[in-house]
Amino acid sequence: MKARVFITLKSGVLDPQGKAIHHALEGLGFNGVNDVRAGKLIELDLAEGTSDGDIEEMCRKLLANTVIENFRIERMENA
Amino acid sequence: MNSAVIVFPGSNCDRDLAVALEQVTGHKPAMVWHRETELPDGVDFIGVPGGFSYGDYLRSGAMAARSPVMGAVKDAASRGVPVIGICNGFQVLTEAGLLPGALMRNAGLSFVCRPVRLRVENSQSLFTSGYDSGEEIVFPVAHHDGNYQADEGTLERLEGEGRVAFRYLEEVNGSARSVAGILNDAGNVLGLMPHPERVVETAHGGTDGRRLFEGLLETVGA
Repeated sequence: MKARVFITLKSGVLDPQGKAIHHALEGLGFNGVNDVRAGKLIELDLAEGTSDGDIEEMCRKLLANTVIENFRIERMENA
Repeated sequence: MNSAVIVFPGSNCDRDLAVALEQVTGHKPAMVWHRETELPDGVDFIGVPGGFSYGDYLRSGAMAARSPVMGAVKDAASRGVPVIGICNGFQVLTEAGLLPGALMRNAGLSFVCRPVRLRVENSQSLFTSGYDSGEEIVFPVAHHDGNYQADEGTLERLEGEGRVAFRYLEEVNGSARSVAGILNDAGNVLGLMPHPERVVETAHGGTDGRRLFEGLLETVGA
């Protein structure tokens, strides 16, 4: 069983990397971009029966820094 | 003063810190590998050094903060043992929850490596008694993730309680309120991005860092 964890910066937290990507896109002539926020995607290959609670604990204890980041878990049932 | 310097895979300022501590205290610090679960008996000062623990994987300091030795560091900190986290050590202490806030990528995105001017905002702490309040000093910085951020309430509390120990006097990394170093609420844990251990003898080009360790020695005792 696989799960994906999406880690994103909380709104209001400055994202210098997103800003740099935004500038680079504009430099390439893509002018329709209003804002860019960069985050992380972590794929977990998990033992059967791993609960949502277990994955949430992994996020809170290590995968995300909840001072500055939010996380969202997506289970991939058929993977 | 019996010091311990914690060593993670990827630490690279551990020896500089050990040399600075030995010069000032006259005692060789114990170098404690991250897999240890206990600190040597009688340790009365702990240094978490700079470097790139675990290659800065996931987030700077994130892996190191969860390593076995940090349980012992947290226990010691809660007993009042002074703990300093320098550069990556500061990142480790925030990730471990010993200090509030987080250190994010520098606002300018570049690795910043140069001497910077700082102001000592609080000379009453265990770590800053060797300085005068408001004194200007120069420590080198060398970091990519030194942009200190915390929510407004936390920043207000830090300012109000005199827990901003050092502040940048020039633009360095985009830190909220130019914070360069902060104390925990009990005052026995200090985290700072600049490197005091790199300015302890004249051959370093400056000695402003020496008084941090001298002040500590005086407060903690020989």
